[in-house]
Amino acid sequence: MAKFKNHILVCAGTGCRASQSELIVENLNRAIEDNNLGDEVQVVRTGCFGFCEKGPVVKMMPDNTFYVQVTPADASELVTEHIVKGRKVNRLLYVDPDSHKVISDSKEMGFYKKQIRIALRNCGFINPENVDEYIARDGYAALGKALTEMTPEQVIKEIIDSGLRGRGGGGFPTGLKWDITRKVKADQKYVVCNADEGDPGAFMDRSILEGDPHSVIEAMAINGYCTGASKGLVYIRAEYPLAIERLKIAIKQAREYGLLGENIFGSDFCFDIELRYGAGAFVCGEETSLIHSMEGLRGEPNVKPPFPSESGYKGKPTNVNNVETYANIPVILLNGSKWFSAIGTEKSKGTKVFALAGKVNNVGLIEVPMGTTLREVIFDIGGGIKDGKKFKAVQTGGPSGGCLTEKHLDIPIDYDSLLACGSMMGSGGMIVMDEDDCMVAMAKFYLEFTVEESCGKCTPCRIGNKRLHEILEKITQGKGTKEDLTLLRNLSYVIKDTSLCGLGQTSPNPVLSTMENFADEYEAHVVDGKCPAGQCKALMQYVIDPEACVGCTLCSRVCPVDAISGEKKMAHIINPAICIKCGACMEKCKFNAISIQ
Amino acid sequence: MTKVKSLDDLRKMRDAVKSKLDLREKGDKAEKVVQIKVSMATCGIASGAKEIMTYFIEELEHRSIEGVVTQTGCMGYCYAEPTIEVTLPGEDPVVFGFVDTKKASEIIEKYIKKGELVDGIIPASYETIDKEKTK
Repeated sequence: MAKFKNHILVCAGTGCRASQSELIVENLNRAIEDNNLGDEVQVVRTGCFGFCEKGPVVKMMPDNTFYVQVTPADASELVTEHIVKGRKVNRLLYVDPDSHKVISDSKEMGFYKKQIRIALRNCGFINPENVDEYIARDGYAALGKALTEMTPEQVIKEIIDSGLRGRGGGGFPTGLKWDITRKVKADQKYVVCNADEGDPGAFMDRSILEGDPHSVIEAMAINGYCTGASKGLVYIRAEYPLAIERLKIAIKQAREYGLLGENIFGSDFCFDIELRYGAGAFVCGEETSLIHSMEGLRGEPNVKPPFPSESGYKGKPTNVNNVETYANIPVILLNGSKWFSAIGTEKSKGTKVFALAGKVNNVGLIEVPMGTTLREVIFDIGGGIKDGKKFKAVQTGGPSGGCLTEKHLDIPIDYDSLLACGSMMGSGGMIVMDEDDCMVAMAKFYLEFTVEESCGKCTPCRIGNKRLHEILEKITQGKGTKEDLTLLRNLSYVIKDTSLCGLGQTSPNPVLSTMENFADEYEAHVVDGKCPAGQCKALMQYVIDPEACVGCTLCSRVCPVDAISGEKKMAHIINPAICIKCGACMEKCKFNAISIQ
Repeated sequence: MTKVKSLDDLRKMRDAVKSKLDLREKGDKAEKVVQIKVSMATCGIASGAKEIMTYFIEELEHRSIEGVVTQTGCMGYCYAEPTIEVTLPGEDPVVFGFVDTKKASEIIEKYIKKGELVDGIIPASYETIDKEKTK
């Protein structure tokens, strides 16, 4: 059995491939042949290392030497020096920018891994349908510790000291919320887990419930102990069948082990959990609407106060937290608040999970410490923009958030910094846009969503958003005026100021932030009648270049509406009055004579 | 079913399942077993993870390789689904992305049987909080 002694891993992620990593592989293979090492060394292409700024990256195995910014010309030296002579090629090693020290062993350069998994600690590691695997990873030890060694006050103090804030978007201090619920006197209290993840493109909570359901169950029980609740309810979307199935299995297993039910850990604490299914209304992610929905009522919000902590489900004190918030709790209790609060920024502690989507190479589920910059997330972890296009904007916080641009790339991601630049943390959706995306159309897309999802209880949200959408529609149709822009802005502020719940209070954010950051794009739509990104169909015109057209008639034959006329071997013309802008002609033209203007 | 009645019970149970899992991972017998985890969250399943899991279970048997195939949650590499993690006895786990049946067969023949790495490895891009710390 021929087993290779050495492996050379070459990053073949999109970023590194763009800087010739494929040529590096070729050159390495040639150098290996030249040195007759074909039986001993093997070159392997890998996915993205998440260190694209220093790419192309080459890693030597088994000694874990990590070379950065390697060029095809370096290949033979790597083979003759590193493999043959066993000497490291110093000039290609990574130099730590802070300490100026050379670091060769990738095991010592944990910092290049920009992600730390706390909430996702067991996702992709344990079998979510096997409680034993969770217990083997210290599962339920935090609950045991709380019940047998700590008072509710001590547990809450630990959570407050950790600085954990609500991961559903609002960012309210979690420990404080627990303390408020605890202090209200009532014969019955409830613990609710908000698993009604509704932001377009977001799947953080689903992934946690599918990958590590026990961590949420354990945290809910800990909350029950702290607040004095004996009943837990998970409000989960019916569209998440796998998450529901795994939660059900997990609850059953926890009951069998006595980790839910009567006298848990021999204490007099009793706690059990039931599921409640949501029908997919976005507004039910708002806690008062969620509670109404669980009660069998319409999913409509209430005026706060009273907060659910005082009067929630069935009028009883109810602690509502999001899935990711709960997933953090057990580790905080086991490792201590000091450990947790050492991660992150001054006012935002710990990590945040993001669903990275859109025009980015490495679409995925990521977890980074608070304070990581958008640039690190998009260009290192995300591997940069697809197809080598230019980065234009990133949308955070879903329909309630805003669009951030190039100039925001270096701000640290935390609750307050994102708010300060007109967006928000939100639940963790992050959608990356490139130069081909029209910001007006983007704002329109989110408004379409809000109009659809507005519950209709309060007027500003029900009617205001509809009007916003109409104005945006008018602009993308090329019929907008400068007055429309003023109206758009003013109406946005009115909706923000007068809506009842978070949905309406934040729904104009995509409009306001794009107007702020892409004012010229709005201007171009209404003043010049142009869509710079070439997205708004009504503002585009397909034009045939008479110089390039040879009169092959192919375009006029594929045109479904006969908008193209012209004699054989003569330049053709598109009649804009008839053209439906389907693009079929441009696709078929073999002479690149048709363009969009 | 034994119930957990105290923190001590849980600790005992943890140690018991830990050694049971260690046994599965490292093996106590002379012939050690390979462990394969298939990422089976909604996104993985949508990309064909179920078929891949079945394929591994069947093929390991056909090719007479002793191994354990389990499911797990999302590893986070959604762009490269289906993803699997292979742990050979005594080696660090290796993650492979874009696994179709052809790639799966290559992984069995080259990596699992001979220890040769194959194209398509996904380098771990994150750190999970250390197990030791959580004690």
